[in-house]
Amino acid sequence: MKRVAMWLGLLVVTVAFVYPFWWLVSASLKDRAHVFDNALLPRPFTPGNYVEVWQAAPLLTWIGNSVAVGVAAAAAATLASALVAFGFAMFRFPGRNPLFGLVLATMMLPGAVTMVPVYLEWHALGLATTQVPLWAQNLFGSAFYVFLLRQFFLGLPREVFDAAKVDGASAWRLFTGMALPLARPGLIVVFVFELKAAWTDLVKPLIYLREPQLYTVPRGLKAVLDRFGEGGEAQWELVLAASTIATAPMILLFLVAQRYFVRGTVTQHVEQ
Amino acid sequence: MTTVSRRESRAGWLFLLPWVVGFLAFTAGPMLFSAWLSLTRYDMLKPPAFVGLENYREALVDEQVRTALWNTLVFTALHVPAQIGPALALAGLLRRAGRTAGFFRTVLYLPVMTPPVALAAMFLLLLNGQHGAINELLGWFGFTGPNWTTDPAWIKPGLVLMSLWTVGSTAVLYLAALTRVPVEQYEAARLDGASPWRQFWHVTLPGISGTVYFTVVVNTIASLQVFTEAYTIFYGARAKQSSDGDAALFYVIHLFREAFESLRMGYASALAWGLFVVIAIITAVQVRLSRRYVHYEGERS
Repeated sequence: MKRVAMWLGLLVVTVAFVYPFWWLVSASLKDRAHVFDNALLPRPFTPGNYVEVWQAAPLLTWIGNSVAVGVAAAAAATLASALVAFGFAMFRFPGRNPLFGLVLATMMLPGAVTMVPVYLEWHALGLATTQVPLWAQNLFGSAFYVFLLRQFFLGLPREVFDAAKVDGASAWRLFTGMALPLARPGLIVVFVFELKAAWTDLVKPLIYLREPQLYTVPRGLKAVLDRFGEGGEAQWELVLAASTIATAPMILLFLVAQRYFVRGTVTQHVEQ
Repeated sequence: MTTVSRRESRAGWLFLLPWVVGFLAFTAGPMLFSAWLSLTRYDMLKPPAFVGLENYREALVDEQVRTALWNTLVFTALHVPAQIGPALALAGLLRRAGRTAGFFRTVLYLPVMTPPVALAAMFLLLLNGQHGAINELLGWFGFTGPNWTTDPAWIKPGLVLMSLWTVGSTAVLYLAALTRVPVEQYEAARLDGASPWRQFWHVTLPGISGTVYFTVVVNTIASLQVFTEAYTIFYGARAKQSSDGDAALFYVIHLFREAFESLRMGYASALAWGLFVVIAIITAVQVRLSRRYVHYEGERS
């Protein structure tokens, strides 16, 4: 009886979580008159929506921009955060603990508070309407990833590093030759997490990107929605086709790198 | 200090250098900059003009700020419990799913990967008052669903409903916490004849209270800054035709529009500090309350 209730519960949950995806893909393949019919299968089957939205909006350019920005953001976050995390994990020196406290404190700082002044900084540098602000801040590491990678480095066998140190290996060698290869699973967590964050973010592109040629996928999708979702003659089938195109890469990435996402999520719980 | 430790100290600081520079350039510096800017009028065309506390005075009497703050607090009060409860229930369900838990975890996590803009576009139609699938489902049970996207009274509940679709990441956190609750405690409780409900109340909840507390704080801070889904659906070019009043005007949306649409950078900075104070107060209250209710593993009372 209890088991039946459990499986029933899991079935309901699965349907509730999968149905909107099904609906999205199905509706994106319907013609304009049937977008709202909630039928499970698209009839008439209209794959032409994808061709139409592909021609109406520079989706390929936006995907290219998202890939470039995402990879730059993820690579910068991974390398810089690893560097900083290694500093915290491997060396003892005065000021280390208060500084790490400061790193943790910045995790709690609401992002909206620095939105305006950081924009003005990029503006002063003449970069406020480029893609640079979307990734360049990651070159300085970011608090959550520093925390996460520090945990990884602390988990590595200390004696191996001490032995290498006695053999005269420089700190840089310890980092690049030993720590980075050993922490690869952690680096992948950071990389895929930041790639996802960059791929899904709307706020920064909304602030910084003016030229449609520079848009990332979410900013482009918002433009598609604004243009084709207007008024009585709204072309929702195009909005939904574009939404499907925007969603698919992240779903594929997740199916490939699932365990890294889950590990990152679980590490998010800061053990105090 | 010995040579070795001095060398170690120098190496350590060199590794931390990127973070220190980033902290000064993108956190500490901007906060000082913003504090000063909040005392000026600045439209990016002319240099900032000092106006003292004028921006703060204006924010206090600004009708839209009041609306935005109210909307945000209402949304947060609805949103945080609506994330925690279902996430906990899902984690409990997953815990019993045994070997199939991996599959269900994947199912729960997929919506988390969906870009919020795509999610908002999709739910704009699913929540449609006339033809939306959600109201059609309600209709099967004899309910007439509201106009989730146009009726001011239902816009915030609609956004909360939509956010249920992404509780997967919180559920995964709870699942991890549940697996750390010692099995012996459940056995002891069962020997004492505790009902499942009492077991939940006296073993499970204290066992995972640290995680619950963490998610409450993080979710509250995020809810107070709600932006993307509401902006996608109700603002941008779509604002022109919306008939919903200001029911979806959240604090950060107002801040964003003042800063980047009206270019009132000084005023927007004052608004940002207002938000900072609100978040700091709410977080401080939560920290206070946690001392009474949160048990961390190892320090049982």
